[in-house]
Amino acid sequence: MDRSRDLSQPMENLNPAEALKAGSRFLRGGIADGLADPLTGAIPGEDTQLLKFHGIYQQDDRDLRDERRHQKLEPAYEFMVRLRLPGGVCQPWQWLRLDELACHYGNGTLRLTTRQTFQFHGVLKGNLKPTLRGIHAALLDTRGTCGDVNRGVLCSPYPVPFHGRLHELAKELSDRFSPRSRAYHEIWLDQEPVAGGEEEPIYGPTYLPRKFKIVFAVPPWNDVDVYAQDLGFIAIADGDALAGFNVSVGGGMGRTDREPATYPRLADVIGFCPPQQVVAVAEAVVGIQRDYGDRVDRKHARFKYTLDDRGIDWFKAELERRLGESLEAPRPFSFETNCDPIGWTSGADGASHYTLFVENGRVRDAKMAGLREIARIHGGDFRLTPNQNLIIAYIAPEQRAWISSLLAEYGLDRRPGLLRQNAMACVALPTCGLAMAESERYLPDLVSKLEAVLAECGLSETPITVRMSGCPNGCSRPYIAEIGFSGRGPGKYNLYLGGGFHGQRLNSLYLENVGEEQIMAALVPILRRYAVERLAGERFGDFVIRAGIVREIRQGREFNG
Amino acid sequence: MTARPVLPGMTLTPEHARQLEALVKTLSPDEALWISGYLASFARHAVQAVPSPVRPALLILYGSETGHGAGLARLAEKKAAARGLAVRNMAMDDFRLQEFHEVGQLLVIASTHGDGDPPPAAVDFYDLVMGRKAPRLEGLKFAVLGLGDSTYERFCQTGKDLDQRLEALGAQRIQGRADCDVDYEAKADAWLDEVLEQFAREVPAQAAAAAPPSLLVQDAQFDAHHPFAATVMENLILNGRGSEKETRHIELSLAGSGLAWEPGDSLGVLPENDPALVAELLAALDLRPDEPLAQEDGEIPLAEALTRRYEITALTPGFIGAYGEAAAAEPLGALAAPGKQADLRQYMAGRQVIDVVTEFPARGLDGKAFAAMLRKMQPRLYSLASSAAAYPEEAHLTVAVVRYHSHGRKRQGLASAYLADRVGSDGKVPVYVSSNKNFRLPADDSVPLIMVGAGTGVAPFRAFLQERQARGAKGRNWLFFGDRRFRTDFLYQVEWQRFLKDGLLTRMDVAFSRDQAEKVYVQHRLLEKGKEVFAWLEEGACLYVCGDASHMAPDVHRALAAIVVREGGMDAEAAEEYLKRLHKERRYQRDVY
Ligand code: SRM
Ligand SMILES: Cc1cc2nc3c(=O)[nH]c(=O)nc-3n(C[C@H](O)[C@H](O)[C@H](O)COP(=O)(O)OP(=O)(O)OC[C@H]3O[C@@H](n4cnc5c(N)ncnc54)[C@H](O)[C@@H]3O)c2cc1C
Ligand SMILES: Cc1cc2nc3c(=O)[nH]c(=O)nc-3n(C[C@H](O)[C@H](O)[C@H](O)COP(=O)(O)O)c2cc1C
Ligand code: SF4
Repeated sequence: MDRSRDLSQPMENLNPAEALKAGSRFLRGGIADGLADPLTGAIPGEDTQLLKFHGIYQQDDRDLRDERRHQKLEPAYEFMVRLRLPGGVCQPWQWLRLDELACHYGNGTLRLTTRQTFQFHGVLKGNLKPTLRGIHAALLDTRGTCGDVNRGVLCSPYPVPFHGRLHELAKELSDRFSPRSRAYHEIWLDQEPVAGGEEEPIYGPTYLPRKFKIVFAVPPWNDVDVYAQDLGFIAIADGDALAGFNVSVGGGMGRTDREPATYPRLADVIGFCPPQQVVAVAEAVVGIQRDYGDRVDRKHARFKYTLDDRGIDWFKAELERRLGESLEAPRPFSFETNCDPIGWTSGADGASHYTLFVENGRVRDAKMAGLREIARIHGGDFRLTPNQNLIIAYIAPEQRAWISSLLAEYGLDRRPGLLRQNAMACVALPTCGLAMAESERYLPDLVSKLEAVLAECGLSETPITVRMSGCPNGCSRPYIAEIGFSGRGPGKYNLYLGGGFHGQRLNSLYLENVGEEQIMAALVPILRRYAVERLAGERFGDFVIRAGIVREIRQGREFNG
Repeated sequence: MTARPVLPGMTLTPEHARQLEALVKTLSPDEALWISGYLASFARHAVQAVPSPVRPALLILYGSETGHGAGLARLAEKKAAARGLAVRNMAMDDFRLQEFHEVGQLLVIASTHGDGDPPPAAVDFYDLVMGRKAPRLEGLKFAVLGLGDSTYERFCQTGKDLDQRLEALGAQRIQGRADCDVDYEAKADAWLDEVLEQFAREVPAQAAAAAPPSLLVQDAQFDAHHPFAATVMENLILNGRGSEKETRHIELSLAGSGLAWEPGDSLGVLPENDPALVAELLAALDLRPDEPLAQEDGEIPLAEALTRRYEITALTPGFIGAYGEAAAAEPLGALAAPGKQADLRQYMAGRQVIDVVTEFPARGLDGKAFAAMLRKMQPRLYSLASSAAAYPEEAHLTVAVVRYHSHGRKRQGLASAYLADRVGSDGKVPVYVSSNKNFRLPADDSVPLIMVGAGTGVAPFRAFLQERQARGAKGRNWLFFGDRRFRTDFLYQVEWQRFLKDGLLTRMDVAFSRDQAEKVYVQHRLLEKGKEVFAWLEEGACLYVCGDASHMAPDVHRALAAIVVREGGMDAEAAEEYLKRLHKERRYQRDVY
């Protein structure tokens, strides 16, 4: 077996990032010195790479980049801070703390992400420590939310009877896979340095080749987009009880334009495991990726490529070897949608839940103010959804009217059109350093234009998923949307059609590098045809394939033609 | 003098021989003597100017965002070295345009990003080369490789732009440009081989011409009365968005003026008044703009005189008295009476001529009488923020623009707002050099410097450092800078960062007064670093302070005295003596205003 690119190789044969990790004294590097440097708002040099393992990204306000360059000022450096919030569950008192931190140290907004957590944007270097201390005081942390480790663990937030059990498992995995290094406590919380003898029992000093992502899905909802994840656990119910999980492996979205060796890939379902085996399965899968993942080429280092390079059979055998037993055969399940139902729902226990639509996850202004008021009185919890929305969960019957009136007072009870409800955009400009085109700030306009067309064709009540990413990395999981966009340059996008409505099929490139005019000119006639020619219940993504508008993509390797 | 063979034994070109002969004929003995000294110094400089290390024959400059171009540049570097070429390889933004004259061959590798834009790390270079300040490049041989993606409308645009521009600047293209698509490897590889072969063939013909030293003669031709009309080349705000301050970076062209200066000198600016204010005054006084007004150089219309020749904003006690009389305004007369200074000051505070004139209208005053009450236009001085060695024939200024409200009116500083708002790009500013012998770099390049500047006070230190860089001075340099806020008011931040990276600046300490609850100023930083500051002084460092005279300079002085007491174990008196001695030895110099 070819082991020329993995952990078995001497450091000098590997990507420099590996040596950086190994030489970082378990993620300390020179971060503390960088924080103290008064001449720059940045953390100089390679330490920004290490900073990610602490949940912090160095960014700069790209709206100001040109202007400041002319002004002989360095870029307006600022930091994004991402919380670790397994399953997206957060208590109202924690919400209030986070709100306060965002207003004090961030840009006054909270950003709900596609992975069920909060991001602060616009935190200046000098405010990083107070922010992280504030997060600590809210009994939360940011460890391992970025960097080459297991990232935030998702868990479908809907109040099913065994949600509590799933949430426990999500927390358990998240804790287990968080970096063990005390660097976080030393740098941000001023705790005493350890005397040495530290180790990372799961990862070792070079952590993983690349990020790794785990989710728990609950059919019929695929809101977590289990097929886009490195490792998925699909809950199989037995009445109201949890029987166990189907295990899926090898999903991922990230790709690079015009580099055909990179592609999105959907996960394969490989077996079934009982709840008590979840931790062992996760450790074995992470271990395989740790040992065999590509540590030479970071663009080829995700688990999906390890799987495709070595084959699923090899993987199953290796997993079996590590577990000491084979997985059971997968059990039947079926998904219906990956969207959130917006508005009120109520459970058998009499409690109500309100799913609030948060356009592209950005909580600001009236939404920020309204949720603050609600958090002050709410007796249940908040749940962030993988669709960047927010569930105000377990509202007691006696509080429903009160919360309902607050929602109305702050205009949070307005229902957006169906297309908008099911649309997602990544952050992109002005904070994301990798963005090539607008996304969060632009998709709302494009949706308005598309909604006008849908209304004209009588399609307003037909759900269609639309997702936009500002670059090919695919943070909004655009390659499984029925209509997908990835940014190519200012105002320019690739347009993809034909994704599966519940995330079960990749879409297919329809137009490359086009602006709004061409996008509209292309989509309008296709939507018109769909309105007229669709079969009963036929989804838009299925239609464009049946109609021969795009070809069906059956596996990731076909994505680039 | 009679014509005779000049400089026997020396080969001059016939053209030079003729010119020299023609010149010599017209010289007085004194002049001839002076020129002989000048030429000797010229020759010394020319000799010194020949650098010891071999000049790179070939420079590879790359502009790259995602690394393709950088990779090709490394490849080209290897290929060139294999052909025995002395080669240097660097990112465009690490290159200083002034270094062009050290380069004989240039290979450009540039990708295109955005919507046909240069990659971010090449934008500065691109702007400079494309801009009108780009140097002429006669004698330079070049070739350009563009990287791009043909699905973009503006395919390889950056490569195309640079290719055309280099030619327009006089450089000679030795091979046609390659526009490479995303599958660039094979094409680029072959093209590089061809180009480098060409470059290699050129090598023996290489001769790097030394830049002639600038004339070190103080030119007396332009002064406050006979200013030179300098052209505005750049006028930008150095403060980032959200700042309460407006500090301008102004670049003026002195080309053709022959003006010479040294770091530490200032530029005198003769401003013009705001024409709207002139019109308002004329209207308030019921005066005709075209009323002829006698000046030393003849008659000019009143409006013009009020625009250029008189100060029409600043109030003086003389004006209050004279105008009060002319307008028969009793309250003014009372203020102008002896013993009323305090009241007068209080009245004048925040007021200007226009306030007085509108509050106390005068009937039947003519232009001549009114003008006679005003002060003649005073030049304003601005520290030169650039060194002639780094930017020949350019003057950079750092101007804090004065704007405020008082007595219900919006006000602006005469000269600072003139430079900021009214001159316009390509406009002409009357200037002259105001020399300051008491603010000078030490002649000895190994002497360490401690420079303390707050706000625009940092301007001359930019010139100091540029000069020391150009001279290759080895002395250590320590800069203290202060302003209001780190994010918006860190004037010239990236330049200091670069000087630090290059090792030119040894240390830098900053104080941003409004970034925390308690105010922190440069003197606090000095005190914090007192031990090292004193050590530097003991090692012979020169200390410079520039900027605000009313608070900063005295506070800094007190801080220095405290440091000498603390670190030198002296009493207060001895510490003062110590600083006095430094001052006498020209090791403690101040330029404060
Ligand atoms: C906030 C978020 C998008 C959102 O609108 O919600 C996001 C934002 C960013 N992602 Fe992402 N990603 C987010 C979910 C995703 C997802 C979706 C998912 O995980 O379900 C994906 C696709 C799935 C996958 O991993 O393949 C995703 C694939 C990427 C990639 C491509 C990875 C690859 O394999 O090629 C990058 C770039 C990289 O890692 O080099 C990236 C990098 C980034 C960075 C950190 C940019 C950077 O590296 O400098 C973005 C920060 C922007 C900003 O200003 O906030 N992000 N990113 C999501 C935060 C998730 C979280 O809470 O942890
Ligand atoms: C050697 C030397 C070097 C200098 N170098 C520089 C330099 O590098 N950069 C630089 O910016 N300046 C420098 N100056 C100062 C500069 O010469 C001018 O004095 C300054 O720009 C103000 O001139 P102005 O014509 O714009 O304002 P003016 O029209 O002269 O107005 C200034 C006057 O306005 C009044 N005023 C200002 N603010 C207020 C307020 N808030 N309320 C009420 N009244 C107010 C005050 O009376 C003040 O004296 C230097 C001065 C000297 C002597
Ligand atoms: C956001 C973006 C915008 C681009 N825009 C253009 C363009 O306008 N014209 C072009 O010819 N190539 C364009 N390209 C392609 C790059 O020039 C090409 O990928 C090149 O190989 C990059 O070289 P580098 O890695 O040295 O930067 C663009 C690439 C990106 C990522
Ligand atoms: S998809 Fe690209 S642009 Fe959008 S947030 Fe992710 S990395 Fe940034």
